[in-house]
Amino acid sequence: MLNVNNLYKTFAPGTVNEVKALIDVSLHIEEGCFTAVIGTNGSGKSTLLNAIAGSFKPDHGRINLFEHNITNWPEYKRASLIGRVFQNPFAGTAAGMTISENIALAMRRGKRRPLTAAITSRIRDEIAERVKTLKMGLEDRLDNPIGTLSGGQRQALTLLMASWLRPQLLLLDEHTAALDPKTAAKVSEITKEIITREKLTAMMVTHSMQQAVDLSDRIIMMHRGRIVEDLRDEMKARVRISDLMQTFERVQKLDLFDQSVAEILEQQFV
Amino acid sequence: MGIVLSAFTIGLILAALTMGMLISFRMLRFTDITVDGSLTLGASVAAITIINGWSPWLATLVAVFSGAFAGMLTGLLYTRFNIQMILSGILMMTALYSVNLRVMGRSNIPLLDTKTVTGTTETIITGVTGGLSQINIMGWPVSVSDFSVFVTALVICIITALLLKYFLLTHLGTALRATGSNPQMVRAQGINHKSMTVLGLSLSNGLVALSGALLAQYQGFADVQMGIGMMVWGLASIIIGEALVGTRSIGVTITGAILGTIFFRLLIAIALRWGLNPNDLKLVTALFVFIALVAPIWVKSLRKTIWGGLKNA
Ligand SMILES: Nc1ncnc2c1ncn2[C@@H]1O[C@H](COP(=O)(O)OP(=O)(O)OP(=O)(O)O)[C@@H](O)[C@H]1O
Ligand SMILES: [Mg+2]
Repeated sequence: MLNVNNLYKTFAPGTVNEVKALIDVSLHIEEGCFTAVIGTNGSGKSTLLNAIAGSFKPDHGRINLFEHNITNWPEYKRASLIGRVFQNPFAGTAAGMTISENIALAMRRGKRRPLTAAITSRIRDEIAERVKTLKMGLEDRLDNPIGTLSGGQRQALTLLMASWLRPQLLLLDEHTAALDPKTAAKVSEITKEIITREKLTAMMVTHSMQQAVDLSDRIIMMHRGRIVEDLRDEMKARVRISDLMQTFERVQKLDLFDQSVAEILEQQFV
Repeated sequence: MGIVLSAFTIGLILAALTMGMLISFRMLRFTDITVDGSLTLGASVAAITIINGWSPWLATLVAVFSGAFAGMLTGLLYTRFNIQMILSGILMMTALYSVNLRVMGRSNIPLLDTKTVTGTTETIITGVTGGLSQINIMGWPVSVSDFSVFVTALVICIITALLLKYFLLTHLGTALRATGSNPQMVRAQGINHKSMTVLGLSLSNGLVALSGALLAQYQGFADVQMGIGMMVWGLASIIIGEALVGTRSIGVTITGAILGTIFFRLLIAIALRWGLNPNDLKLVTALFVFIALVAPIWVKSLRKTIWGGLKNA
């Protein structure tokens, strides 16, 4: 299904700001698997998702989705296979356009866009029906600019849009992080619902261990551009939040250790 | 009445320019200075083809395509060669200056005693009025030929506006509108935002060239200088239109662009009547756009200061 092979990405190479955001990342994800990606800030989680979605070209490595080698596909072309929800609630929708217009755009993700009316009464009914399933009362506000909605409402709609045409892969980048706890829980619940109902293959970046443990089939932990832990099947079934915390600490201690060793060596030999 | 009628007519002719800029400036958020060149391009292509005996309608159509082609090139400079937005337009505008001179073969072409798109309307109206050369409109005598021009401009403007409105509400038009608003989202929905930018700039400059072609026929000549400052005029019209009717829907926004252009032309006509030196016209327009752009920010900060002062008191 999704195959990521030896992916490398360095930002600002050769400058003082050089960041090795992805180092030899390989990953295989099976169809129907819901993978949670966790890790410290700056560990490369978003970079991994962006690389898969095609926001930039990796320096090295290959990405396969089904039978397609999508490594050199531009972002808009990958969108025919991939649905996305961003960390920023405002990133996934066009603020000045109405709810129904935004959704109409998503209804033709990766398809030809003909010169026929985008919003007909039939399309509107279809939109209203599915927006109703969010239980947010938004079906009565389809003609309002989407910019007038709250972050949580927009994020729920973006999620609906990303999954309107069943994507081969759904990428969620901390899509509940910017929301208040109650709304976050609600969006989280909708996420679970959609993914289970449509049997979607999904990757979700999150900082919430709870979310990772509760929602996913598999947990990947990243650190400094590498995948440092991969919990699946029985391991994932048994894992508890405290275990994840411990792994976090272990990884970070190892890091400190590395750094202090480097410093000692530096003092002695340089 | 003559001055009002001519302000209305020019307003309706330039409304195509404003509608075009609505696409680039408001929908793609692309500040496109190509406009100054493509307006002249439309005028010169129409002029040279008309004096060579082409039908004025065909001439106008060819002019529209030439403008669209220029807009497409600006779009390609920006998207394929990653040249900055403003610079892409400037390059195109500069190049078009020479192109326009080449097209016309000299710096201006008079269109006296040639057929224009008004001809058909005039024949119809003369037929209806029974050959009178003047008719009465609300008690004012108006020459049939002036009135024909007005009617033609009105019809063309309405048809253009309806087509534009229809297009912007299609699947493709919706994708185009989203492109300026949120290119990241547009790509995530599988839309090539670069193609959309090129398409939008083509349409925009096609409409601008339509204005140019009609303007040349109305004023009876095409001149290589006639496009200078047109982008700022268009901006002023957009701003006035938005102030007049708002932007609630596509239909309202387009109506605003048309009304804004007419209103702006009336203001100019009145100002000139009151003794404004025509040479100062572009300075005054630039000042007006400047104020319209910064006034909302001033008002906001002023409001904040007042409210902040009250709260602290
Ligand atoms: N466009 C960019 N230009 C330069 N550096 C970047 C860019 N994008 C990411 N980085 C750097 O790459 C590293 C990984 O960033 P990334 O956004 O993938 O982290 P993350 O795991 O998503 O972190 P967070 O949990 O804070 O979202 C960071 O050090 C970041 O500063
Ligand atoms: Mg991130």
